[in-house]
Amino acid sequence: MSAIDWDLVRSSLGPLLDGLLRGTLPLTAVSFVLGLALALVLALMRLSGRRLVSAVARAYVSIIRGTPLLLQLFIVFFGLPSLGITLDPWPSAIIALSLNVGGYASEAVRGAILAVPRGQFEAAMTVGMGRTTTLRRVVLPQAARIAVPPLSNTLISLVKDTSLVSTILVTELLRKAQEIASPTFEFFTLYGVAAVYYWVVCLVLSFGQTRLETRLSRHVAA
Amino acid sequence: MTAPLLEARGLVKSFGANRVLRGVDVAVPSGSVTCLIGPSGSGKTTVLRSLNGLETPEVGTVRIGDVELDWATGPDARAVSRLRGQSGMVFQAHNLFPHLSVLDNVTAGPVFAQGRPRAEAQEEARALLARVGLADKADDYPVQLSGGQQQRVGIARALATRPQVVLFDEPTSALDPELVGEVLRVMQSLAAEGWTMVVVTHEMRFARQVADQVLFLDGGVVVEQGPPAEVLVEPREPRTRQFLQRLLEPL
Ligand SMILES: Nc1ncnc2c1ncn2[C@@H]1O[C@H](COP(=O)(O)OP(=O)(O)OP(=O)(O)O)[C@@H](O)[C@H]1O
Ligand SMILES: [Mg+2]
Repeated sequence: MSAIDWDLVRSSLGPLLDGLLRGTLPLTAVSFVLGLALALVLALMRLSGRRLVSAVARAYVSIIRGTPLLLQLFIVFFGLPSLGITLDPWPSAIIALSLNVGGYASEAVRGAILAVPRGQFEAAMTVGMGRTTTLRRVVLPQAARIAVPPLSNTLISLVKDTSLVSTILVTELLRKAQEIASPTFEFFTLYGVAAVYYWVVCLVLSFGQTRLETRLSRHVAA
Repeated sequence: MTAPLLEARGLVKSFGANRVLRGVDVAVPSGSVTCLIGPSGSGKTTVLRSLNGLETPEVGTVRIGDVELDWATGPDARAVSRLRGQSGMVFQAHNLFPHLSVLDNVTAGPVFAQGRPRAEAQEEARALLARVGLADKADDYPVQLSGGQQQRVGIARALATRPQVVLFDEPTSALDPELVGEVLRVMQSLAAEGWTMVVVTHEMRFARQVADQVLFLDGGVVVEQGPPAEVLVEPREPRTRQFLQRLLEPL
């Protein structure tokens, strides 16, 4: 008997793809976008120059980075009900993942903003731009280029981290694989197929990262 | 005599324990060119940046046109930006926006900051680019230009917000020697057109030919000032003489 049941592989491709397309990818996309927005807010808080505001952001990032994502997920899903807040698996998953991404990505965003030369802020100010306009028109477009590599890492990690939400019964790729594997005991086959799916998604994202980096670097001296 | 267009009085500025400006006065009549000269570290850049609030002096007043600021009162960001709106600035390192085309660099102030209609701003920007000899570079990006061309875009960008005064901080110091002339010629023609300019420079020929007044700074004070024919040719102060001597005979 071979370790891989090829018929099962073929018949599981569809259901697992379903888990990917309807679970893993939307979870990743929504959490990443929300997380990025949070990251920008946190980065600006850190850079605000107000001690208290900056300390709050710093503490947040420290807690997020200092505790396991799985634990954060459990606190949202299993812990909040004791405070009277009960959330469904999906919202719980998105909240926990977004909060986590926000913490990690904020450091990348902050670093990228700090890497924009001082003279760019000054030039923007001398042509009359205020803080918000300077940020939007001058700083963020340049920071985006600098932030692409670290944010790509965050995104690729996120794709894989979404598998943790299988523990709170969100049907995504890994959970789908578990569901199909359990009655047949074909864990090796099913988890193998799931692994290939994750890997392909990450390959595509890496390729996209390279493309984006090239695009954003076209007006920058070598 | 009418009041000068730009007037700064008693500017005092320290960086930590280092007192960089020790009571500097500057008065610039409308339509005139003022050159700030002096040894490295004498405070020229700091004076210039105090005129538009890129530095915040502890004491002193700055007035440009009808906007006045008393630094001692700790003015808020809004007041500082009102003063800043009166001037344009050309940086030593040009500081062009690398992600924007030449045309968008020039219209950035009018469109993003002043809210003027894009079409109108672009038309004016094209005229300014023609003015600095770069009509055909509007769609290029800064990285594609030579240092001299970049600096001329910087000048066009500074003029685009229609400032009352244009501030230049060593606009040719970062350039290869053969590119200095093209930038200085543009500045000379702006002066001839009647722009009011304050120029920090080490280009003594430019100062002699174009400036209406020269201020010699040393140790954070204006040591000597007057028409270039006096300050640069027959300086009264020994320190001025010594400085000019060193420029003439660097070895
Ligand atoms: N941001 C800063 N922080 C600390 N010290 C500063 C800062 N900017 C300037 N200084 C100091 O202030 C003094 C005057 O500097 P400033 O740049 O005004 O001189 P400068 O006359 O423009 O010199 P240069 O010809 O070299 O440009 C110098 O001693 C400099 O080290
Ligand atoms: Mg200087």
